[in-house]
Amino acid sequence: MKIYVPLDSAAVALGADALVTAITSEAARRGVAVEVVRNGSRGMIWLEPLVEVASAAGRLGFGPMTLADVPGLFGDLTTHPKAIGLVEDHPWMRGQTRLTFARVGVVDPLSLDDYRAHGGLVGLDRAKSMTKAQIVTEVTDSGLRGRGGAGFPTGIKWRTVSEAAADQKYIVCNADEGDSATFADRMLMEGDPFTLIEGMAIAGLACGATKGYVYIRSEYPVAIRVMSQAVTIARAAGVLGAAFDMEIRVGAGAYVCGEETSLLNSLEGKRGVVRAKPPLPALQGFMGRPTVVNNVISLASVPVIMAKGAQHYRDFGLGRSRGTIPLQIAGNVKHGGLYECAFGLTLGQIVNDIGGGTASGRPVKAVQVGGPLGAWFPPSLFDTPFGYEEFAGKDGLIGHAGLTIADDTIDMLTMARFAMEFCAIESCGKCTPCRIGSTRGVETLDRLARGDSSAMPILTDLCNTMKLGSLCALGGFTPYPVMSAITHFPDDFARAKEAAE
Amino acid sequence: MLDSDAYTDRVAEILEAHRGLEGPLLPILHAIQHAFGHVPDSAIPQIAAALTLSKAEVHGVVSFYHDFRDAPAGKHVIKLCRAESCQTMGADAVAERIKKALGVDWHGTTADGRVTLEPVFCLGLCACGPAAMVDGRLVGRVDESLVAEVAK
Repeated sequence: MKIYVPLDSAAVALGADALVTAITSEAARRGVAVEVVRNGSRGMIWLEPLVEVASAAGRLGFGPMTLADVPGLFGDLTTHPKAIGLVEDHPWMRGQTRLTFARVGVVDPLSLDDYRAHGGLVGLDRAKSMTKAQIVTEVTDSGLRGRGGAGFPTGIKWRTVSEAAADQKYIVCNADEGDSATFADRMLMEGDPFTLIEGMAIAGLACGATKGYVYIRSEYPVAIRVMSQAVTIARAAGVLGAAFDMEIRVGAGAYVCGEETSLLNSLEGKRGVVRAKPPLPALQGFMGRPTVVNNVISLASVPVIMAKGAQHYRDFGLGRSRGTIPLQIAGNVKHGGLYECAFGLTLGQIVNDIGGGTASGRPVKAVQVGGPLGAWFPPSLFDTPFGYEEFAGKDGLIGHAGLTIADDTIDMLTMARFAMEFCAIESCGKCTPCRIGSTRGVETLDRLARGDSSAMPILTDLCNTMKLGSLCALGGFTPYPVMSAITHFPDDFARAKEAAE
Repeated sequence: MLDSDAYTDRVAEILEAHRGLEGPLLPILHAIQHAFGHVPDSAIPQIAAALTLSKAEVHGVVSFYHDFRDAPAGKHVIKLCRAESCQTMGADAVAERIKKALGVDWHGTTADGRVTLEPVFCLGLCACGPAAMVDGRLVGRVDESLVAEVAK
């Protein structure tokens, strides 16, 4: 009997480890031989821990599992109270186009044989038969843009590094996924670490870089463990070695280190302070050498592009947003989790059709798209298609494609204040608009909360200064959640005034 | 300075183990904090000398990052997520009840040294919030019953 119990952080946080112990002892009690595989998560977080039992027809899912449901796994599976049928046939799974996440939840994350059996290393093998320029062209033609949030074309960045002359170049993976509502990097690293390793090895070939680093935030202990083990396995198997090798590095709780230049400083052992650009990291990055800094999902999308060709990837999507995007549907939502699909679904389809509305059952009031620096969207903008330019056109951003759904109990003035407070806590301190502006922003919002409406022009002006005058996206984008809250939810700011009077 | 002597040998071992790394300071600080539960002040000149940095530079790095402590935490550490997704699931109210039950504010340690309460901004458990980490263990959909787990 083969049973899958995810090792994914979300499954573990909901009791997966205790289930493994219970399954093992129940099997021993019954004298049944059981092989437990710790897979990644399928992304249906509301069903976690989702246990799967291999059958002749396919993998049968059971979730959300509790300890009391374990003995039933050894009886008639069709009448198990938590049975959801074949996992592959679940509507949530069938609706997706899984390119980057094709193996996540399916394979044993630490089995290189399993990885190969599911199409792994095909892209790297193909890249080895190509010139550097050909690999860069393939990635450029795929239309892949930086999935960390900036949306810069990955192939263009690679070309700059590839054509730079230096005795040493680097591939740095930004796995400092600090935005609320985002967990795609974490799920990928926990559920299919070899995909990231393969993507980085291809980047190394394309750019002439022999060394890579994955900078993972310390809040992700499971991802750190799985990635570290995977690197050891890949090195032993010769996937990593003299041509390209890599190290896992751990962050230390600074949100701003998700910004590429502060990440590089942190990696060098310095304070995670933002660097002014130019010079671009592509020319003077880690240790002053040409460096590719890419997000986990950008790099992990490269193997499938190389394996299936640029055309296959770019055929998905809309406008200048090509390929697929792993949506992370979070917050107060009925069906939360990771859903990979082509760009182009509307926000309303994502929130209502896929997410199923709020977990509380109350009306959706606002959705923050793109993390703590993203704008809050009201239901009146639910017809916005999910794409870089489409969201920019509505004064928002898609960022790393995380969505925080909130019901009608949320107070937008409180959320605007939180955005400023968060910026004040996490500012690296290098530039004045961010360092001072965020603190003044908290004070100004407190004035508004007390009913002092004369603070509004000051806040608007302050947001404008932060947006235009900050060195990086932390100070530059904090105005998005603040100004979107004011624009779309003016009542929340007016109510505070009436209360004070 | 008996404590300092106790730290010195172990810090020297850690420094030796990280020789040859590019940008070794964060891995060194993590290793020191793992060994002692904090980064002792007395280790800073020793690290600075080994890496040919000034004491101010090392202190600047230690103080920049939220993870590094200059004194040991309580016996148990509860990290509660304060980020937006968890807020939409009532994280603020849960945090208030936990603060009240423990009698501490953020970054505080109970008088008996049993529990330290820290805020954290996202554990990547945003579809099963409010989220927490208790002594390194991840917990989803938390409420104030968390306090009972660290009662011992």
